[in-house]
Amino acid sequence: MAVTTTGLIRHFRTKKTTVEAVRGVDMDIGDGELVALLGPNGAGKSTLFRMLTTLLPPTAGTATVAGRDIIRDPDGVRARIGYVGQNHSAGDNFRVRDELVTQGRSHGMTRVEATRRADEVLDLLGLRPLAKRTPNTLSGGQRRRVDIAMGLVHRPALLLLDEPSTGLDPHSRAEVWEHILRLREELAMTLVLSTHYLEEADRMAERVVIIDHGLVIADGTADRLRKDLAGDRIALTLESKADMARIAGPFEAHGDTVHIRVPDAAAALPRHLRELDAAGVKVVAAQALRPTLDDVFLALTGRSIQEAA
Amino acid sequence: MKFLRDTMTVFSREATPALRDPVSLVFAMGQPLLFLLLFGSLLDTSTGTGTWQWFVPGILVMMCLVGPMGAGHSLLVELTGGSMERMMVTPLNRTAMLVGRNLKETITLVVQAVLIVAVAMTLGFRLYPGGVLAGLLMLTVFGVGLSSLSFVLALRSQPSGALFWVVTQTLMFPLTLLSGVLLPLEQGPAWLRAVGAVNPVSYIVDAQRALFAGRFDDTSVLHGGLVAVAVALIGLVVGTRSMRRGVTTGA
Ligand SMILES: Nc1ncnc2c1ncn2[C@@H]1O[C@H](COP(=O)(O)OP(=O)(O)OP(=O)(O)O)[C@@H](O)[C@H]1O
Ligand SMILES: [Mg+2]
Repeated sequence: MAVTTTGLIRHFRTKKTTVEAVRGVDMDIGDGELVALLGPNGAGKSTLFRMLTTLLPPTAGTATVAGRDIIRDPDGVRARIGYVGQNHSAGDNFRVRDELVTQGRSHGMTRVEATRRADEVLDLLGLRPLAKRTPNTLSGGQRRRVDIAMGLVHRPALLLLDEPSTGLDPHSRAEVWEHILRLREELAMTLVLSTHYLEEADRMAERVVIIDHGLVIADGTADRLRKDLAGDRIALTLESKADMARIAGPFEAHGDTVHIRVPDAAAALPRHLRELDAAGVKVVAAQALRPTLDDVFLALTGRSIQEAA
Repeated sequence: MKFLRDTMTVFSREATPALRDPVSLVFAMGQPLLFLLLFGSLLDTSTGTGTWQWFVPGILVMMCLVGPMGAGHSLLVELTGGSMERMMVTPLNRTAMLVGRNLKETITLVVQAVLIVAVAMTLGFRLYPGGVLAGLLMLTVFGVGLSSLSFVLALRSQPSGALFWVVTQTLMFPLTLLSGVLLPLEQGPAWLRAVGAVNPVSYIVDAQRALFAGRFDDTSVLHGGLVAVAVALIGLVVGTRSMRRGVTTGA
């Protein structure tokens, strides 16, 4: 197991109130998995990461990361994981390559070893031309790639990335993702990352863990979650609104369009069209709707993930 | 062994940007010289040549106050960015993180001090080598303590950093002015001298003036030495504890 958590809890005491950022997370992540933690702002993703990376002691509960206990052997955890935090990893006034060498040396490499390794990760992430630049002169996407490179210098078997693509334009986001997926193929790493971009979690991760208010509320492949929790719909636009009364079974009306929940939209659509045709109802437009992960979140919480913050 | 290696890792990280930019390095190192020449020439006309003996140690103490504040500020910047957090997620020794950063401050201070003394000698400053060496040692010890305390302040100021500015801004002026660094307190009113007597920096200033005049047997040397050692011990102990506790505050 790359990560095992048991009843992980973290509270923050502020002046008056106690914020329950993480409220009891039990989670197993196997070696080689690619897991996306999906949740709205304030869900507790970063707090969870900071406990797993030994930056924050848990209020209660335990966790084993890369085979080491986060409380009893924090240095053991630190030596075995790579962490790309939500903020930038490389200092503003340091050259990219220098920071990579420092990172290698912090992990016990000799200067020669660290330098060789720094050049390797620069090539891996296409950063060679930027090696002598300082991060404050880089674009958002370039800078994020530097952050990822920093997490890779010591060849960790497990890489944790907190919102690696947030704040980037679509092009840079795609680019960062391409690199993350390549890394996984080439280095056979376990990757755990957080995001609040639904499409991203959907398209990229094999497993999606949905977090809300400090709790895991769903966990599975994106397809599984969709099937189990949201389900397909078909949308039919009728020529005459009056015909709505003639539709058999429950439906939701959205203007002059009706949405009908079905187990499998692709199979249900032709059947419904045939039935309506036989009944003499004219259909102007028809569409099979696959649920998004937002529909899943909506079904679970009654809120949309974008407005949940 | 690991501790030394980690200290060198942190030190060389801190020192590299300066070494890569020799022009700024020369300016940074030479800046106190400018101060010495401008300010010193003013004093010269009013109080005669003994001035340099009085003024040089004062400037050195002032640098010893300003340097650590800058070091705390640079840590604060790294805390608010993410680079400190990233270093905390490595097996880097926590005390080494403190000492490595301190080392850079110390070396800067010593180099600047040597430059100032060398230039002042051409202007009539009389060198007592033993006294100056002992004085620099004391300043180094004091500076290590101050830097560490400045780091603690930066760590405690998380996440906004506001506390750091409030404390440094309210402390720096009185600590500096009421220590007799640049203006003698002896001629001041009684209340001023009383404040000077509780200001730990005054003891360092008095000790430095005695040492730079070659007077080892002056009791102020003992007092200054004790203050420097006490500040260093407190700074290192509290500093290491804060580093261990980590970058994230919020109980
Ligand atoms: N140091 C802290 N002190 C007090 N409260 C905190 C602290 N850190 C986090 N919190 C609170 O804990 C909750 C979870 O925060 P966290 O940063 O883990 O969320 P997140 O899922 O990472 O959100 P985002 O997507 O915005 O990064 C929030 O309500 C936040 O305000
Ligand atoms: Mg976060």
